[in-house]
This record gives sequence, structure tokens and C-alpha cells, in this order.
Amino acid sequence: MLIFEHSRPGRRNYSQAPATKAEKQNIPQNLLRKTPMLLPEVSEMDAVRHYTRLSQKNFSIDTEFYPLGSCTMKYNPRACNALAMLPQFLARHPSAPEDTGQGFLACMYELQEILKDVTGMAGVSLTPMAGAQGELIGVMMIRAYHEARNDKGRTEIIIPDAAHGTNPATAVMCGYKVVEISTDKEGNVDMAALKAAVGPQTAGLMLTNPSTLGVFEKNISEMSRIVHEVGGLLYYDGANLNAVLGKVKPGDMGFDVIHINLHKTFSTPHGGGGPGAAPVGVAERLLPFLPIPIVAHEKGVYRWLTEKDVPQTIGRLSAHMGNAGVLLRAYIYVRLLGAEGMHRVSKYATLNANYLMAELSKAGFEIAFPTRRASHEFIVTLKDIKEETGVTAMNLAKRLLDKGYHAPTTYFPILIPECLLIEPAETESKQTLDAFVAAMKEILVEIQNQPEMVKSAPHDMPLRKLDDVKAARELDLTWKP
Amino acid sequence: MPFIPHTEEDVVEMLASIGAGSIEELFDEIPSDLKTGALTHVPPGMGEMEISRLMHERAQKDGFYLNFIGAGAYEHHIPAAVWQITTRGEFYSSYTPYQAEASQGTLQLLYEYQTMMASLIGMDVSNASLYDGATALAEAALMAVRQHKTSRRILVPRTVHPVYRKVLRAIVSNQDIEVVEIPFCPESGQVLPEHLEQFGKEEFAALVVPQPNFFGILEQVDAITDWAHDKHSLVIAVVNPMALAMLTPPGEWGTQGADIAVGEGQPLGIPLSSGGPYFGFMTCKHELVRQMPGRIIGRTVDLDNKPGFVLTLQAREQHIRRSKATSNICTNQGLMVTAATIYMSLLGPEGLRRVAAQSHANMLQLVELLEKLPGVKRTYSGPSFHEVALTLPGPVSDILQALKEQHILGGLNLQEHYPELNNTLMVCATETKTADDLNKYSKILGQILKKYQ
Repeated sequence: MLIFEHSRPGRRNYSQAPATKAEKQNIPQNLLRKTPMLLPEVSEMDAVRHYTRLSQKNFSIDTEFYPLGSCTMKYNPRACNALAMLPQFLARHPSAPEDTGQGFLACMYELQEILKDVTGMAGVSLTPMAGAQGELIGVMMIRAYHEARNDKGRTEIIIPDAAHGTNPATAVMCGYKVVEISTDKEGNVDMAALKAAVGPQTAGLMLTNPSTLGVFEKNISEMSRIVHEVGGLLYYDGANLNAVLGKVKPGDMGFDVIHINLHKTFSTPHGGGGPGAAPVGVAERLLPFLPIPIVAHEKGVYRWLTEKDVPQTIGRLSAHMGNAGVLLRAYIYVRLLGAEGMHRVSKYATLNANYLMAELSKAGFEIAFPTRRASHEFIVTLKDIKEETGVTAMNLAKRLLDKGYHAPTTYFPILIPECLLIEPAETESKQTLDAFVAAMKEILVEIQNQPEMVKSAPHDMPLRKLDDVKAARELDLTWKP
Repeated sequence: MPFIPHTEEDVVEMLASIGAGSIEELFDEIPSDLKTGALTHVPPGMGEMEISRLMHERAQKDGFYLNFIGAGAYEHHIPAAVWQITTRGEFYSSYTPYQAEASQGTLQLLYEYQTMMASLIGMDVSNASLYDGATALAEAALMAVRQHKTSRRILVPRTVHPVYRKVLRAIVSNQDIEVVEIPFCPESGQVLPEHLEQFGKEEFAALVVPQPNFFGILEQVDAITDWAHDKHSLVIAVVNPMALAMLTPPGEWGTQGADIAVGEGQPLGIPLSSGGPYFGFMTCKHELVRQMPGRIIGRTVDLDNKPGFVLTLQAREQHIRRSKATSNICTNQGLMVTAATIYMSLLGPEGLRRVAAQSHANMLQLVELLEKLPGVKRTYSGPSFHEVALTLPGPVSDILQALKEQHILGGLNLQEHYPELNNTLMVCATETKTADDLNKYSKILGQILKKYQ
């Protein structure tokens, strides 16, 4: 039932809006609204019940294991939420003077310094509001760098075929042509393809390392040399930073610019699809182009750097300073973990991934890159299962929902047929992983004995499989009374 | 180990299963010369009690002020239920709803959100939100250029939020789109149709129309919307959703209505929190829906014909179309929209109208009080919603400093964004201000201004 169907004309909440109707009004008649608003008229209890019940229809980290590859669904500590929502932080206006926000700015400055350290970069800006915006800003800086040098012929960005869809979409938004390069059998970027692709037209290479195939690009130093030799820059997509946090710094791998998904590695909530935050880090030569605002610490006082301080900046990419509340949560998380905790994140994320890969392999699942170590994630392919039984990766994913597990990422990366990208973050226990393996084994038996049942999953969710085709053909995007 | 549950016994068993001697061995594919030395700028870990103490100290240092700043972020009362429900783990810690059967809560909520926003803004359809108001404007401009096909020129009045204009420029200039700024009338604070004429001689893809504009002034939206449509261009509205509880929604501007309407969703239940996270909303006419970026939720049925909700029109998006997507956008601001939907449900149409009307009335009352002070007068003659520019008898920065010493944030110094506007202060009053607050502000400002008489 929709909230609108609970609505009754004239019902309202008396405590939450001004008690009396305002008398003064001087808006010209022709500018006044005449059409009613389709907002529900419900009591507070109706609304609380309705949205509480809706929440219960979601899977979430707080209720289920969520081995969603490439998304780093780790536990979101409650302290981060509680302390980021202290009333003074919530009440602070974005245009309030800096001297009324020294406590808040201290957190932001320290977060910048911490992110510089863990990424090995020379400077950080906290402003990007999501991974895709971090990418956009990163590629804009690459463009600004070449333009500042009057290096005009660079029109291409090289992207491996295993990359996230945001990478090519971002390059195009920045006015670049995308050159895709292939992957070899071991899951590494095909070095011959890279060598063939680079040239004076190369603006840069966008890379995720470990890659979305769940393996570390062993040739990264060589790749860095090849791209730099032709005058291109290296972009690090920080989507998989959880795998190497405290272990390898992207700066040491030769990357010039990086974005860090705080909603992955630094445990800020995914919130059903945002808000995220994706600070960008840069090497020395890109410092002048960082987006503003950036926090500076001078003579014991924190202040925002603006256009005046960073004249070559690519500019502002948000109305204020980015997702401050998300940044505060990440700051609190880092302080809880500390330096020693940073190293542990990648150690235990990697341990969990390799253990789960070993156990699923023993259970009879085909691993896409069996000779490689898993990073913090790995890929199972159901190619043979599909050929034998017709059961697809999506069928298995839906059957997992029945068993109380969120599905892994399906059909990504695109180049592995019938794939499941599985990422058990470091916050999951061995016992949870074992229970997941048991569920996967049960499904394997079901695939052999009752393939039709698996194909029509889910069966035990509030709804059965939904009709995507109808949704796209007969668009119903708003409720009509 | 904070948030890592492994016992020593677990680790031993796991390594045995893998066939590795140590956790370190699992990193043997990483060239050893790349392995990092110690972290030098990450402090040692703290317990929850210690970090709690530190954060409380920092929050207290920042304290509370009586706030009269608006300028794109507005202080409204947020009912307690909004964030108590929003931060339930099932909303807070869930992912983008790709697995529809396991995400009906988020999906239905977003469908309700789309319905509420489309109605409030008076447009056919809404997406599930974008990052913030400024980036929503940039995305709207890109959308208009895709739709228009022949022109890559966007007309933007200088009455649009100055930072929105900067963000717009930063984003669209990558795609060779020209942003042309239009002057405003220094008396009324509005864009007048006669200002537009000289810019309409050459073809343009869209005209941006703010309502209220950055100065809090109401634009003559009908006339300028019709003007742009006469030139075969699109109209992009940038609106405050709270104001639309009182004002004609963009879908009804002029004879055809705006084509795309965007804005900052923060007034609908999102705390100020130093600037974010907020959410940008985007609504449009039905015929533009396939050009719209971001997540869109549709209602459909399951195998048993029971109604349910899914992400739809995904063929526009980066995870399917890659380099041919409408945008690189991958998320919405899900949690913020969750709060906004609950906020709108609790307020309802009458509640929202009262909040808007009381904000407007408080602004009028404040202006009445302040204009009694010698040397204070309204800068612009156009009608206002809940924010107003005032010309003061002295330098705004000094006056704001003096107000701050009395724990009042008196408004925004407009000269920061408009060099020609010296001694001009922009103040905002929402429903959160009591008669006592308004009187206090007026009294203290009066004392401060004595030195300029």
C-alpha cells in the first residue's frame, strides 16, 4: 500500500507545522499556487508505521550478509552516525564564518591529511560527492593539466574493458574519446594492447587496482612507465582500495590522481544508493588544479582555500563544500581504527575473500581466475552450469535472496560470462562465511535436482521476480489518484 | 580488533583451508617494492568513549548561533520522526536497489518520492535525485543540449545562485557548451524581458529561470518562459521546493510550462550540516524522460501479478551504456531522499503551506522591523519569498562581525559574489524564527548601526 492510499482529506500533524496560519502575505496573485499538491494527509503514527514497514522490506548490512562485489559492504559503525549527527554539527550553516566552525574544520583538515598519507598523494580535496563525481573531477584535472601546458593534441583516455561503466562515461563527459584495451587470460591488462594504444594523443589511463576482476595488476609499474613516457597521466579508481589499504599506496604505484570511495573503504553508509563521498588525491604536478574548497591550517586556524588561493583550480563542483556529514563519518571511522587498523582492513578483507574463494571452489563452483590470489573479491562463473542446466547467474542470485543472503554482483565485469563478483568485507566472521558457503552448496544441489525451481526464484521473498520489461515499456513513474 | 570479528582460531582454520602459511602470503602477487612503509599521519586508534569525547568537544566549540543566513541552504524545523526512521539500519546500510526483490522498501519509497516531487514541482516525472542543486542544474543543461540538438548555448541570468553558475560552467565547459550570463534589473532585482532580447538573436538551447532567485526575489516567470519558448528553446527552472507550497509551480509557467525543473532539496527535512549531504532534485516533462540522468523507479508487477517496483529505463545509464550513457552518474542521494519523503508525508500539503507561509510572513516582519532602522532599506523592489537583500549604512563585513559577537549570524555579504553590491546584506527568515528572535535581531542591529549615523 502506498502512503497516498493511507491519506484522508483534512488529516494532519498539528505539532510539526506552525500552529496558526500566517497573516502577512504580499506575493502577487499571478505568482500564487492554485493547483493542489499531491502530498499524503496522514498522522505521524501512520507515517512512522508506513516507513518502518517499508524499511523492513529491504535487505541491508545491518540485517543480512551482503557479499556485493566491488561495493565493499562492510559494517557501518553506529558511533560514526551518532557523532556526525551531534546537534551543533547539524545546525551549522554552510556559509557560516570559518571561526564558528573550527571544530568541524579541524576534522576535515585531519581527514585530508590522513587520506594523503594512506594514498601517498601530495594533496587532497574533499569536495566530490560520489565516486562518479570523483572520477569526473579527476579527469577534469588531467584535462586542465594538459591544457595548462598548451599540450592540445591529447584527445583519448585509455580504459581497460573490465572497468566500471562510470569510467568510460566520465571520460566522455570530459570531452575525451575512449579507447578500450583488452584483458589477458590471467586477468591482467594486455600489455601489448596498452603499448599499441598509447601515443601523443593519450591524455591518460584510468585503472582500478586491484582490478574489477579481483586480481592485482602485477605489471602496474611497467604500465605507469609506458603511459608516462608518452606524456599521459595515470588515474586510480579507488573503488577497490579496501584490498590494499595500508599495504600499497596508489602514489607509490605511479598514479597521478585518485578518488577514494569513502562509502566503501571508510565505511560510510550506502543509504540505499547514496550519499557517497569521494575525495580526490593528486600528485605534486596536479596540485594547482585541485577543486575547491580545500581546508588549510595556518597559525592554528583552519580556513577554506578559495579561487584566490588556488587560481588554476578546476573550480567548484558542489553548491557548498561537498557531503560534509559523510566526511565526518569517515573521519570518525578512521580515528576509531587508527593507523594499525588501516593495515588490518586489507589483511582481513583479503583473508575473507581468499577463504571464501577456496571454500566455494571446494564446493564445486568454478573460479574465473583459479591460479590467482583473490584481492578483496573474486569471480565465480556459472558458464558451464548454464550450458548444462540453463540456470543463470541471475537465477542463482535470486535464489540466494530466498536463503537470506544478498546476491553478489552479477554480470559485472561484462567480459566474464555468467559471473558473480563476490566481496566479503573484513567485518564478516568465518561463521557467516561458512553459512553462506552452505547456502551456495544447497543451491548447487537444487540446480541439479530442481533447475526449474531455481530459475523461477525468488520464492520466499515478499514478491516474486519482477517484470522489468513491462516497467520500461509501460512507464509508471508516479502514482495517480 | 575494531570491527573485525576474527579469533586466532578462525584465522588458523581459514589459512589452512586456503593453503597459506600467513595472511601476508596472500599479498604475494604484489611486487614487494610497492609495499608501503608505515603510515605517518594516521594517529593511533581510539575507543568509542575517547572519540565521542573528542567529537563532543569539537561540536561544543562550534556551538549554536541564531542564524539568518539562507543563500541556498535553509533552516527549517525537522520533525523528530524524520531522522529516527531514516537512520534505521534497513535504510541506512542498504545498497542501491539493483536486486529489486530485496529492496522493495527503498524502491517503493523512491516511487512515492517521485510522485510527491512531480506534484510539488508541477511536472510530469521526477528522477530519484542527484547530488545537489548545483550539479542538478549542470545535468539539466546537458540534458537540454542533448534535446535541442542544434544549439550548445545556455542562457543563465546573474540572479541564479553564483556558485550554481560556477559549477555549471565547470561541468558543461568540458563538452564545449557555452554559458551566457544575462544581467538583471538593479532596481527590481529581476531579469526583465527587455534584458533578454539581445541574447535571443542567436539560437540557444535553454534559458535558466530561478524562482525565487538568489536575492530571494520572485521573477516574472510567465513572461520569460514564454519568451524562451517563442525562440524554440527549452526552459530550465531552478526552484526552492519549499517556496512552491505557495508559488505557481514551474509546470504552469507561461503557456507551456518549464521543460525541466531542478533545485536543492535540502529545505525538505535535511539538516544544514555545513553544506551536505543534501540532494538535488530533477523533474521534467514526460517527453524528456529518456534524456534524464540518474536513477528512475517504475511500478510494475511480479510473476503473480502483484504490484512492485524496479529501477527502470536503465538503458540510459553508465553500467549498461558505458561511454554512451546520458551521464556518468551512478548513485542518487538515497538517504537524503528517504528523509525528504518522510518529511513531506509528516507535513502534508497543509503543513508544507504553513511552513512556507510562516517563513514568508517572518521575512516580511523582519524587513518591516529592519527598515525602521536609519539607513536600512530594501535593495530591490521585486516581491520576495523568505529572503531579502538590504542596503546598510556601513560595511557588511564589520556589521556581521559585530552581530556574531552577539551570537547572531546576520546573513550573507552579497559583495562576496557580486563585487558591485557593497553594503548589501542578504537576510533570510524561516518559520524557525519567533517574534522574539526577529525583535532581538532588529534591536542588536540597531545598536550596531548607531556608529554609522
